[in-house]
Amino acid sequence: MQLLKKIAALAVGSAMALSAPAMAQDNITIGVSIPAATHGWTGGLNWHAAQAQARLQAAHPHINIVLVTADGPAQQANDLEDLVSIHNIDALVVLPFESEPLTDPVRRVKESGAFVTVVDRGLSQDGIQDVYVAGNNPELGRISGEYFLTRLGDGDNIVILRGIPTVIDDERFNAFMETIEGSGINVLDHKHANWNRDDGFEVMQDFLSRFPDIDGVWAQDDDIALGVIEAVRQAGRTDEMFVVGGAGMKEVIQMVMQGSELIPVNVLYPPAMIATAMDVTVAHFTSNGPVTGEYILGAPLITPENAEQYYFPDSPF
Amino acid sequence: MTVQAHEGVKPARKKFMTLDFHTLGPLLALIALCIFGFLLNPAFVSEGNITNLLTRSAFIGIIAVGATFVITAGGIDLSVGSMAAVISGVMIIVMNNAIGTMGVGVHIVLIGCVASIALGLAAGFLNGFMTTKGKIEAFIVTLGTMGIYRSLVTYFADGGTLSLAFDVRDVYRPVYYGNILGIPIPVLAFAVVAILGWVLLNRTAYGRYCMAIGSNETVARYSAIKVDRVRTLTYVIQGFCVSIATIIYVPRLGSASSSTGVLWELEAIAAVIIGGTMLKGGYGRIGGTVVGAIMLTTIGNILNLTDIISNYLNGAVQGVIIIAAVWLQRGNLTTLSPFRRKRAS
Repeated sequence: MQLLKKIAALAVGSAMALSAPAMAQDNITIGVSIPAATHGWTGGLNWHAAQAQARLQAAHPHINIVLVTADGPAQQANDLEDLVSIHNIDALVVLPFESEPLTDPVRRVKESGAFVTVVDRGLSQDGIQDVYVAGNNPELGRISGEYFLTRLGDGDNIVILRGIPTVIDDERFNAFMETIEGSGINVLDHKHANWNRDDGFEVMQDFLSRFPDIDGVWAQDDDIALGVIEAVRQAGRTDEMFVVGGAGMKEVIQMVMQGSELIPVNVLYPPAMIATAMDVTVAHFTSNGPVTGEYILGAPLITPENAEQYYFPDSPF
Repeated sequence: MTVQAHEGVKPARKKFMTLDFHTLGPLLALIALCIFGFLLNPAFVSEGNITNLLTRSAFIGIIAVGATFVITAGGIDLSVGSMAAVISGVMIIVMNNAIGTMGVGVHIVLIGCVASIALGLAAGFLNGFMTTKGKIEAFIVTLGTMGIYRSLVTYFADGGTLSLAFDVRDVYRPVYYGNILGIPIPVLAFAVVAILGWVLLNRTAYGRYCMAIGSNETVARYSAIKVDRVRTLTYVIQGFCVSIATIIYVPRLGSASSSTGVLWELEAIAAVIIGGTMLKGGYGRIGGTVVGAIMLTTIGNILNLTDIISNYLNGAVQGVIIIAAVWLQRGNLTTLSPFRRKRAS
């Protein structure tokens, strides 16, 4: 009986789908595929995606958003197939786990006729995506570097804690190094702390026992920065240096808002970019303005003056 | 019953001129590593660095003491890293919630510790029970619980980070950062756990039962050893050690997230094996485990103190040192000795 009902429902559903073009406003299904919340930043990503999903569905009753999260590239490729075959999506918003392995699966979604928006990590082939929304990694490095130039000068010493060895890390690091080149700021050493609090703590402890004079720390990421701060506190050297992280974690933004000496500024690399991508994708169906193209978000410097607008106390990140 | 000398322990040949590499191998490797570290950067032996190093090795070390029991009895526990993460997470939630009703104070920290130990014992018992009574391979049981605990902490943290309330953090902080007579508390805890572990493994019937079960389960069963009970208890000990490690880990950063304790299980198992315990069970050495844990931390520390090795090669250096240490420990150095007399075959 149940089965019969389901088949009947399915038949009615497909009949409606077939007759849909006749209706004034088509029902539109948008698939959103993002990595699962495995660390702080992706946690924020998931939160903002769910917020945007609720907001957009409430605002546009004819738009249905299907949100799926994947634990790895292989699962994400499966998710994409399911979005096409089961949900029959009209548009896809995807933050690829890795560029290479997902380029082909995304192309197949594109070939099914869907509108494709790629977020943050670009595909390794041009011409697949309709919209590209991303944070700006070189900009993050450059803005951070410029802040260091305003605070430090010839003969001052800094240490750098890098992320996980990846393209993102290289882009940030190289842009930073180019910006401070020729200023006389002395980079004592740089080590990978894997965007991880514990690693940040341990690497910084070792930097502190190795270098008696450190004027600034570029941690590049807020998780690392929080580990660094604990290490600096433990060594009792908080008056000696300042720490700059990156991304816009709420705890760090809060410290910036309170005018912390130790962590005076932050540079934004917002997980909320997924919401931007979803907005643009919905606009493709609802707005009369063209939306295709590339959207590179800024990486503004967050200072005590403007910190409030980047503070999301309910977000997990 | 008595446990015969383990097969890996060869009867001492000429005591004279032959060092016992099985016992001293890991220690020699550690000393060599320290000399190497000192040559690369004299800051290595500064008091601050040595303190950092020992304090840092306490987490893996304490967990590895528990792992020594599990492995000696022929089991394996892959869930310890995730278990540490989920226990940290629950501790933080419990303490944050307790503030509302009871106010800030030492009692909040005590409640957190009680929660941690209860969870550790329960999680360990669960692993042990499913392995022994459920008759599922330890590898599968703990692989399963590893995934379960890891997703639970992600779920509790909503994908983000669980942070301890700042006023409790100030009360709790000394547990990691404080010291007694100049010795950091984590190092003291590590020492106490190691000594208790050593006594339990080497001076009690329970320890001998563990080795007997690890060598030959059937013989142990025929010898009227309650195999299931002894083995389940090794996992409970492991869980207890994880909760102790967690109690000193939480005050360090006051937070837990899905990236807490990632790969600690492998580090703990590696520390145990470097120390001379047999992975297939039957023979365990707590002293070696302690040295192994310190050695693993030392490698990372030395790599941070120098910039002559490319960052990208850190993993390779660690790999080489770990293999070399175990090679030393297996007594291979003696076979290379030109003074060694060929054994008459």
